[in-house]
Amino acid sequence: MVIRILSPTGVIGAGFKVASFERGIALKPHFIACDAGSTDSGPAALGSGKPKLSREAVKRDLHYLLLGSRQLEIPLIIGSCGTSGRDVGVDWMVEITTEIAREENLHFKLATIKAEQAPEYLKKRYREGRIKPLFPAPAIDEGMFERSHIVGMMGIEPIVAALEKGAQVVLAGRASDTSLFAAIPCMMGAHHGLTWHAAKIIECGAACAVNPGADSLFVHLYDDHYDVETLDLENQLTPQSVAAHTLYENSDPFFIPEPSGVLCTENCVYTALSERAVRVSGAEYRPAKTYTIKLEGAELAGYQTIIIGGIRDAVIIRRLPELLPFAQKYFNAKILDIFQGKLDPATVDIRYRIYGMDGVLGEFEPLAGQFGHEVGVLITITAPTQELATKISTFVAHASSHLPIPEYHGLISSIAYPFSPPEIERGPVYRFSINHVVEPDDPHEMFRTAFQEV
Amino acid sequence: MAKLLDYCVLIRSKNAGPFTLTFDFMFKSLDALRKVEQANLLTRELFARLYKVDPDAITLVFHEAALAAKVSFPRPHVQCDMEDGDCYGGQQYAPLMDLSV
Repeated sequence: MVIRILSPTGVIGAGFKVASFERGIALKPHFIACDAGSTDSGPAALGSGKPKLSREAVKRDLHYLLLGSRQLEIPLIIGSCGTSGRDVGVDWMVEITTEIAREENLHFKLATIKAEQAPEYLKKRYREGRIKPLFPAPAIDEGMFERSHIVGMMGIEPIVAALEKGAQVVLAGRASDTSLFAAIPCMMGAHHGLTWHAAKIIECGAACAVNPGADSLFVHLYDDHYDVETLDLENQLTPQSVAAHTLYENSDPFFIPEPSGVLCTENCVYTALSERAVRVSGAEYRPAKTYTIKLEGAELAGYQTIIIGGIRDAVIIRRLPELLPFAQKYFNAKILDIFQGKLDPATVDIRYRIYGMDGVLGEFEPLAGQFGHEVGVLITITAPTQELATKISTFVAHASSHLPIPEYHGLISSIAYPFSPPEIERGPVYRFSINHVVEPDDPHEMFRTAFQEV
Repeated sequence: MAKLLDYCVLIRSKNAGPFTLTFDFMFKSLDALRKVEQANLLTRELFARLYKVDPDAITLVFHEAALAAKVSFPRPHVQCDMEDGDCYGGQQYAPLMDLSV
C-alpha cells in the first residue's frame, strides 16, 4: 500500500510556489492537509480571537487548496483555524471558504470541528482530578477557566469521524499539527510510527529543506518506510535536514507526545534517494495508557500603553541602573497621590527595557555592564484599563524625560522621544494561563462537529 | 581558541510551546559534533549557570543523524509575560556562540 500526502505549506497564509503545489497535485495525493495555527507568536491570537495572518494571504493559499482538492476530489483538512483554533477562527475560515466556493462555483460537504472549551466542562473535570499539569505549569484555580479563552488540542479521532461521515473539506479548531496529516493514513491502516513521523516531518511544509521556506512537500507512505520530497526543483532535502526537523519547536527530538501516545524516533534511519528526496524508516509509536487532550489558554493581563525613546548622553546612560528603580518608587507614590488612594499601585506594572544594555536577555545578559554610544528605551505601562494605563503613562513619560542626574545642575531633557505624544496605546494584552491536559472519557467529547453543504 | 560557532552551521533558540525554551546546535560535520560532545562543553551545569535554571529540569541530547545537539528547559519567564522580552525565544542563544571549545 502507498498513501500519497501533499503538504502545501507550514501555515496557511504563509504562501507557497504555485509550481510546487501543482507538481504535488500532479502526483495525485490521497489528501491535502495544512495547519493554520500556532502559539509561537504569543497569547494575543488566543486571547483576542484575532488571526495572526491577513485574510487576503489566507484566502490566496486556500483558493489553490480548494481548487486542487476539488479537481482531484480528495479531502482537504485544515486545522487550528484563525491561528488560535478558537471557534471564531473556524467561523472566519468558513466565511473565506464559502466566499471562494461561490466565486469558483465549487460544491462540497464541509465539516467544522470546534475546539473551544466551556468553563463548566473544565470545572467538572478539574474537580474530578482529571486536569493534570504538564511541566512546567502555572498554578490554576477554577476562576481561571472563567477568565481565560481555552481550547483543547484535538487528535485524529474527531477528524476521522468527520471524514467517515463524508466530509470533503474539514475546517478544524485547535488540533495538533501532526493529527491533520495522520488522520487519513490511520483510517487507511498505515503503520502508526511511520505515519506520525511523516506527519511531524511535513507539517511545516518545506521547513525541513536545505533552503527552508514556505513551500510544498510530498510524502509517499509505504508499509515499512516513507519517502519525503521537496516539490521545488531548485530546493533539496538531505538525510540530515530531514532528521534535524524532529528538533524544531520540540523539547526532545526522540520522544514527541501526541494525544494518543508518543512518537519515538531514536531508531530512525534516513537515506538519500536523490537531491530532493529522502527515505525514512524505523519510527515507532507507543500508545499512551491514558488518552489526554492538551489545553491552551490565554487570559487578559491588562491594557498597555508604551513609550519609546532613546538616550545619547553617556553620563545619563551610566546612571540608569540606579535611577530606574528610584523612578519606580516615585511612580507608586504618584499613583497613590493623584488617584487619591483609589488605585492600588500593585495593579499597575511599569517597566523599562533598555536596548543596548540588557534589553534582549535581561537578567541573563553577561555583558550588561557594557553599553554603546546610545541606548533605546522602551517603557511599558500595564493597568486594569486602557484609560488608566495612558493616564499613568503621561506622568511616566514626563518624569522619565527629566531624570535627576547627580552630575548636572538644572533641568535636563534626559530622553529623546521620536513621537508626539510619546504615549502609544497597545490595547488589551494577554498571558498564557494554562499548561495542562484533560483526561476525557473519549477522544470526541471535547469537540463539536457540524456539517453543511457548500 | 576555536569558538562553538566555528563548529556549527547554526545555533538557534526557540519556543517549544509557551512554557519551554529550546536550543538547537547544528554541527558542520559528525566530527565537529563529536569534538564538542567530547569537550564536555554543552552540559546541564552550563545552562543552569547561564540561564539560572534547575539542572534537573534540563533535557540535553546529541542527535548524530541530525548532526545536532538539543537543550531544553522551562522558560525563565513564560512566553510574552511582562518580564519576557523575547516572545519567540529567538535571541536567547547569543551568549553561547563565543564559548571556547
